[in-house]
Amino acid sequence: MIASSWLLVAFPALGALVLLVGGKRTNSWGHLLGCATVAASFVYALALFASESLSQAVDTTLWSWIPVEALQVDFGLRIDPLSMTFVLLITGVGALIHVYSIGYMSDDRDRRRFFAYLNLFVASMLILVLGNSFVMLYLGWEGVGLASYLLIGWYTDRPAAATAAKKAFLMNRVGDVGLAIAIFLMFKHIGSTSYDAVFAGIGDVSPGVVTAIALLLLLGACGKSGQFPLQAWLPDAMEGPTPVSALIHAATMVTAGVYLIARGSPIYNLTEDGRLVVALVGAFTLLLGSIIGCAYDDIKKVLAYSTVSQIGYMMLAVGLGPFGYALAIAHLLTHGFFKAGLFLGAGSVMHAMNDEVDMRKFGGLAKKMPITAVTFGLGYLAIIGFPFLSGYFTKDAIIEAAFGQEGWRGWVLGGSALLAAGITGFYMTRLMLLTFFGKERWRETTSADGREFHPHESPPTMTAPMIVLSIGSVGAGALLIGGDTLAEFLSPSVGALQESHHGVLPHALIPWLTVLVSALGVLGAWALFGRRDAESSKYTSVQRPERVSWPVRAARKDLYGNALNEALVATPGMWLTRSAVFLDNRGVDGAVNGLAAAFGGGSGRLRRMQTGFVRSYALSMLGGSFLIVGALLLVRFG
Amino acid sequence: MTWLLALILLPLLGAVAVAFLRRDDRLATMTAFAVSIVELVLILPLWLSYDPGGERLQQVSSLEWIPAFGVHISFGIDGIALLMIAVIALLVPVVIALLRSTDKIPEGKDVGGLLSLILVQQSLTIAVFAATDVFLFYVLFEIMLIPMYFLIGGYGGPRRQYAAVKFFLYSFLGGLIMLASAIGAYSLAADELGEGTFDWATLVEVVSEAPLETQIWLFLGFFLAFAIKAPLVPFHTWLPDAASQAPVAVTVLLVGVLDKVGTFGFLRYSLPMTPDASAELAPVVLVLAVVGVIYGSMLAAGQTDMRRFVAYVSIAHFGFIALGIFAFTQQAVAGSATYMLNHSLATGMLILVLGIVAARGGHTRIDAFGGMAKVTPVLAAMLLIAGLSALSLPGTNSFISEFLVLLGAFDTRPAYAVVATVGMVLAAAYVLWLYQRIMTGPVRGDAMLAAAPGPGTAAAPEAGARKTIRDLGGREIAALAPLVVLIIGLGFYPKPVLDTVNPSVEQTITAVQER
Repeated sequence: MIASSWLLVAFPALGALVLLVGGKRTNSWGHLLGCATVAASFVYALALFASESLSQAVDTTLWSWIPVEALQVDFGLRIDPLSMTFVLLITGVGALIHVYSIGYMSDDRDRRRFFAYLNLFVASMLILVLGNSFVMLYLGWEGVGLASYLLIGWYTDRPAAATAAKKAFLMNRVGDVGLAIAIFLMFKHIGSTSYDAVFAGIGDVSPGVVTAIALLLLLGACGKSGQFPLQAWLPDAMEGPTPVSALIHAATMVTAGVYLIARGSPIYNLTEDGRLVVALVGAFTLLLGSIIGCAYDDIKKVLAYSTVSQIGYMMLAVGLGPFGYALAIAHLLTHGFFKAGLFLGAGSVMHAMNDEVDMRKFGGLAKKMPITAVTFGLGYLAIIGFPFLSGYFTKDAIIEAAFGQEGWRGWVLGGSALLAAGITGFYMTRLMLLTFFGKERWRETTSADGREFHPHESPPTMTAPMIVLSIGSVGAGALLIGGDTLAEFLSPSVGALQESHHGVLPHALIPWLTVLVSALGVLGAWALFGRRDAESSKYTSVQRPERVSWPVRAARKDLYGNALNEALVATPGMWLTRSAVFLDNRGVDGAVNGLAAAFGGGSGRLRRMQTGFVRSYALSMLGGSFLIVGALLLVRFG
Repeated sequence: MTWLLALILLPLLGAVAVAFLRRDDRLATMTAFAVSIVELVLILPLWLSYDPGGERLQQVSSLEWIPAFGVHISFGIDGIALLMIAVIALLVPVVIALLRSTDKIPEGKDVGGLLSLILVQQSLTIAVFAATDVFLFYVLFEIMLIPMYFLIGGYGGPRRQYAAVKFFLYSFLGGLIMLASAIGAYSLAADELGEGTFDWATLVEVVSEAPLETQIWLFLGFFLAFAIKAPLVPFHTWLPDAASQAPVAVTVLLVGVLDKVGTFGFLRYSLPMTPDASAELAPVVLVLAVVGVIYGSMLAAGQTDMRRFVAYVSIAHFGFIALGIFAFTQQAVAGSATYMLNHSLATGMLILVLGIVAARGGHTRIDAFGGMAKVTPVLAAMLLIAGLSALSLPGTNSFISEFLVLLGAFDTRPAYAVVATVGMVLAAAYVLWLYQRIMTGPVRGDAMLAAAPGPGTAAAPEAGARKTIRDLGGREIAALAPLVVLIIGLGFYPKPVLDTVNPSVEQTITAVQER
């Protein structure tokens, strides 16, 4: 079965090809084909998972891809526990979101093309996780970038969508430069780019180079996973249709950075500095994301920053090395369920509310959309770490492992993870209250396009995936963490999970502490947004209060992340480009024309050059070349 | 007669036939197209009979020309020349098929004349890649300018005269200096062997053993000619003018193939003949190359005219090619050799698609367009595919080459490679920004909307009626399809191309690697 694992990629790739080349002819059944191909991959993955032992990595080579002397890159796939875990997540959640999209995109004339892009995404994502070399990973890596670009820019009428799509691709490319140079370093020092050879040879490479590779890979990971300092594209990516946000910008693609570092575990195991940087980036980003998440009124942007923050947790975990790889993947999986569920829920709300995203115009929707409210609520409980739901197990494990580090690291990493758990409780509760409870503020306002609101529950193609995902949000954590199921399963890929015994806080204390801090966050949000008195309505009014304290102002401005990008990259870049254009037109070309005119004997007017100077140029050039010949002869015979 | 000779002669005969039929536009076009298709079919036996593991030069034929100076008309190909010959054979029928969609023939000119010149150009270009006599190469290098001069100056845009003269002067100047070097090499051989010759293989043997100082002089002569042709910064300023004034069909051949004579020259002449000088002066060339990558990319991003945009994109790409060549590693040079092919496909398609965009809209200004994807989705898709290849997205042909160039260059010249890698980000910026401006957003711009009603009328300015702009038709899709198939096909399965060039690359860099 493993030998035909290429079928996993082939199904969705074929789907994308048929839908793109077939064009309008496939309009009537395109969405069905799109779902079927991903479902087929999922079924195949399940069969593979059930029938093979997967206790070690099995590589299959399909063909020789880039053969140049010492560089031999194969088009090859690797089946091992790590890749299979991702394949199941991608195809499983992917299939659900494809089904959801049938309903969500039913009004779109180009729904068929939407499914083509989704299929393209799934195929690329599968190449990313299944490739057996860093170059194959790179192929999938930029492939998902393309799919993401196409889908963020889906609503071509909106200039903001096109800008966001371009921004996402560009910031990802900045990260990709890191990934590319890491690959060059591997080839230079190890002579190969395949996982097998690189991991076998990395031990003989000097520590400085190993750390360099680790940090360059991290740069790539930061780009793809929206981690500091390359996080600014992810919230903008919410311009895409909501199923896209759920699948690509929450459950799968943005976690590719975590995959990359877990996959590169043999490299990271050798460099403590490299791991520490990863953990610090994660810790910083998880705080940053959660703080900004408190300030937005746009339901999708809150969820987007929540994603930034949750991936921060995963980054922190992989940065803990052998103490955290499996925990990161576990959180990645449960996050895949509950965050996809939350996004689909948000999409369901938007579907009911004329595509409105401003939570200040929502309120009291639980009565109108009970299924959405319940499934969303379960996802909410999972993400804030309500005891015995998914997030409780996986996020808690990460906080514990972070506190398990020695000295200041334990305090800094663990402390920020704990603090962010509280903030998560706050912003998610705010979102929940503003959307589903309280006053029905939509009655007193209209959507951006001036229509009245008539909220209603979504069709079954949309609610069914939400129900399935909410079941995952509830149960997956216990299943994965209980008895260390996932850690043992993954150990052939990332090594056995180690438990720390040094920690700065007693182990038994941490779960209690986490629940307590989260509860404080929830209560804080309820105190502000939950009560129905005059004090609370100040915070829940349809009009956004503009006179706010500086932390809120800063958070509303993404903690100046965008301003920083503008000041450091965009503005100087524009300025440089303009001066280069000026220089080239006046300077370089001007000098050439001027020189030419000087040769021609006179002013530098181009007009004259066209009229009669060809001959004199030719003559002077001929003279020049005789000079050079003469010089050469002198050198030779002189 | 070898297949190679047939490939050189057929377009010449075709050109004569087309010139006779020029009274009838349709007949002339059909004839030219038929000739170009036969030419393309002839590539097949040439490719099949080429043995990558065999002799350095194959399909050899030779004829005495000027015995007094040991000049021969001799032809032969290696793997790199084979690629270039194949790509021009592919591009000519494509541009002929799309001519009606990309170019308007100026008043008083006829299609037959244009097509006849294109066929002459094709023949001379193949010959210049196939020449194995240095004098013959020089002569063809210069003669090649003549049909191009007339193509630009006769059939181009409003400033075509200026562009044509500028193009001609630059290349001609370079050629003359190259002639000086060729004569220098000749006299070296005469000194060494007692009898002068222009035979390439003999000159390689003799000159590569010459002292460094002599090599440097000879190197510089050839280098200048090639650096102008391929355009490296700062010898590039003729290209934006030529590319913006020449007919689209001609620009494709000029940027896609003719300019490659420069980089081909580095590989065929500079590295093998003057290996010491190449190694000595490599840092200089590498600086020019990397500057070209960054500078060209930034200028591309800053252009307001699509034709000039393409020119600067090419200048950036030529920077990559030169970087790979002068890194002297197998991967980098193989990358450059395939880049020459892949750039022809990607940029060729980009020029064609933008040419169609401009022809449909009646403008070449980028800001005359907006939201076109809505009106012409297939055309938008084609622009995106060409653009993605131009930014070297993995899965497209160009990725293989750019990756090899950077990876190979990193091996010996990490600093240059790292700077050039930044060019990846810039490429994404200029391509996607172009696409955004032309294709996305609300339908807008002079090309898309009829002039807004004047002041005093009730309608808002943006209410100008949408012009009717046709999406790509069947003929146009069919003509672009081979490019799309190759762009994606060679992205996933580049092995046939790599296997063809690898041995030639190895032979090319052996001498310089030993220094």
